[in-house]
Amino acid sequence: MDQEQNTAPTRRTLGGWLLIAVPYLWLLILFLAPFLIVLKISLSEVAVAIPPYLPTFDLAEGWAGFTESLSQLSFENYIWLTEDDLYWKSYLSSVVIAGISTILTLLLGYPIAYGMARSPQAWRPTLLMLVILPFWTSFLIRVYAWIGILKNEGLLNQLLLFLGVIDEPLVILNTNIAVYIGIVYSYLPFLVLPLYASLERLDGSLLEAAEDLGCPPWKAFWNVTLPLSLPGVIAGCFLVFIPAVGEFVIPDLLGGSNTLMIGKTLWVEFFNNRDWPVSSAVAVILLLILVIPIVLFQNQQQKMSEKNG
Amino acid sequence: MKLKSLLTGVAVLTVMSGAAFAQDRTVNVYNWSDYIDESILEDFTKETGIKVVYDVFDSNEVLETKLLAGGTGYDIVVPTGTFLSRQIQAGVFSELDKSKLSNLDNMWKQIEERVQKYDPGNKYSINYMWGTTGIGYNVDKVKEVLGEDAPVDSFDLIFKPENMEKLKECGVFVLDAPTETFPAALNYLGMDPDSKDPEELEKAAELWKSVRPYIQKFHSSEYINALANGDICVALGWSGDVLQARDRAAEADNGVTVEYSIPKEGALMWFDQMAIPADAQHKDEAHEFLNYIMRPEVMAKASNYVYYANGNKASQEFLNDDVIGDPAIYPSKETVENLYTVTAYPPKVNRVVTRFWTSVKSGQ
Repeated sequence: MDQEQNTAPTRRTLGGWLLIAVPYLWLLILFLAPFLIVLKISLSEVAVAIPPYLPTFDLAEGWAGFTESLSQLSFENYIWLTEDDLYWKSYLSSVVIAGISTILTLLLGYPIAYGMARSPQAWRPTLLMLVILPFWTSFLIRVYAWIGILKNEGLLNQLLLFLGVIDEPLVILNTNIAVYIGIVYSYLPFLVLPLYASLERLDGSLLEAAEDLGCPPWKAFWNVTLPLSLPGVIAGCFLVFIPAVGEFVIPDLLGGSNTLMIGKTLWVEFFNNRDWPVSSAVAVILLLILVIPIVLFQNQQQKMSEKNG
Repeated sequence: MKLKSLLTGVAVLTVMSGAAFAQDRTVNVYNWSDYIDESILEDFTKETGIKVVYDVFDSNEVLETKLLAGGTGYDIVVPTGTFLSRQIQAGVFSELDKSKLSNLDNMWKQIEERVQKYDPGNKYSINYMWGTTGIGYNVDKVKEVLGEDAPVDSFDLIFKPENMEKLKECGVFVLDAPTETFPAALNYLGMDPDSKDPEELEKAAELWKSVRPYIQKFHSSEYINALANGDICVALGWSGDVLQARDRAAEADNGVTVEYSIPKEGALMWFDQMAIPADAQHKDEAHEFLNYIMRPEVMAKASNYVYYANGNKASQEFLNDDVIGDPAIYPSKETVENLYTVTAYPPKVNRVVTRFWTSVKSGQ
């Protein structure tokens, strides 16, 4: 009896370690390694060569070479970023655009998720399917379709002109409004799905109790449903906000020349200036900006699970 | 911009050969979008059994970034002269084996000489097409807005705010290529179009900023369709692209008449050069392809299709009259003298130019 109890936990720990090792290995190969390469390039200098930067840490030089290059590290590219206000404006404008888009997505996505969770059990798989359905078409083609809808002679303007709502076509394409529409449309499923999951799990008896105790429906929603769906709201918002900050395709295709986003600035740095070191520095800073909300999110998740556990 | 070109180019066009004996011979070509008569590729495959994998881009910047990253897998690429010269410095290309290029005699000495500025000794490249950067316009709409004597033969059309203010309502597109837009502005201001002086470049940027509010979009390939459909009335664009728009409008019979003009102040003359990357896997096939392209009838077929002049003297007798006889494509001697060429910006100047261009485009 005792022996069995002693061996079982050891076996479990070993299995546990293996289980933990998989995601860590994943992170190491697909996140940490590329990040270190980008970090390395960001500390280097431009050159007319293939690839177009001077090598920094040369592994062939061994440990001595490594420590020597460590002492010669230059943060010139990062200093450069602080000297031109273009980069800060791009970061700020990306965060603002992503923030506004996230709020709009939430305002649109919450009723959808709520409606799905409240719908008859038999309908739910179909509704869920409808939310996922757009993924069957390429993201690029769906963004392209919006060009056809939003342009001056596009479907939307034709419809509004036909209905007599407007006399002149609205200029939407190549403006920030088109970017908001594009982001909200593209990322809506990422908000609806986690939100639906948390709303569906909601214990209906709590609402019945609120009703029995004379609480009007809107108040029950505000005091019971909303707080209980908060984890879903937060998860959904992060799933929208984080990729939206670094978004390139949507502002490039739908936005105008004056839509400033860090993804586009990075593109110009990389392609037009051929300055891999500075564009790597831009990417490293972007990552730092994004890591903060992710860490906050994880902390929040941990607190939640501790509370529940 | 760039993603659009990938889609409009319908990405990869593969021409398969029926010949079983040459199943492994392939050549990977990376060329500009809308830049070849595709039957040339089919004919080449029929004759040689070499399969052509054809892929397209719409900006030198995209091509250059791929080349500098290395391992592109392409056997033939087509950069513009200014970019080519910098890429030669970076060691991107392998020297041509001229013993395999028997058709080199067909080439036009005058063009080869001009290209020496970028590729000294013509060691690394052959000319595919050359052209000018000028004004494409919708004849009727411009007249409607600016009257009968609209300055369509002058950069006044684009650089005078009073003209642009009126043109705004019918739409103006400008190439998203600072290496072409800055020389144009410098030339208009009476300065050296090849200037590398930051102060002069800033003046060029100021000139662009003065008309920026009236420009609908900066893009390097969308203007072809926009002009042809009558969505815009003026574009600063590449000669052949505007002429392709003219052709598409005529074919569609949609009542749109597009014309191209080389402004009297002078325009940029550029050269698109075919070269073989140093790490190309199929160098023999690439040479065979280049030699095939340099045949007079083949080169003429290409020019007849894309409305650009080529650097192949022998091809001229096979050109259609509406190509060889069109001064917008093969300009007169006097016009050619008025054309200027530019050299690549050194990295530091390039950064300044890009920054100015970003501030023109974004207003930041």
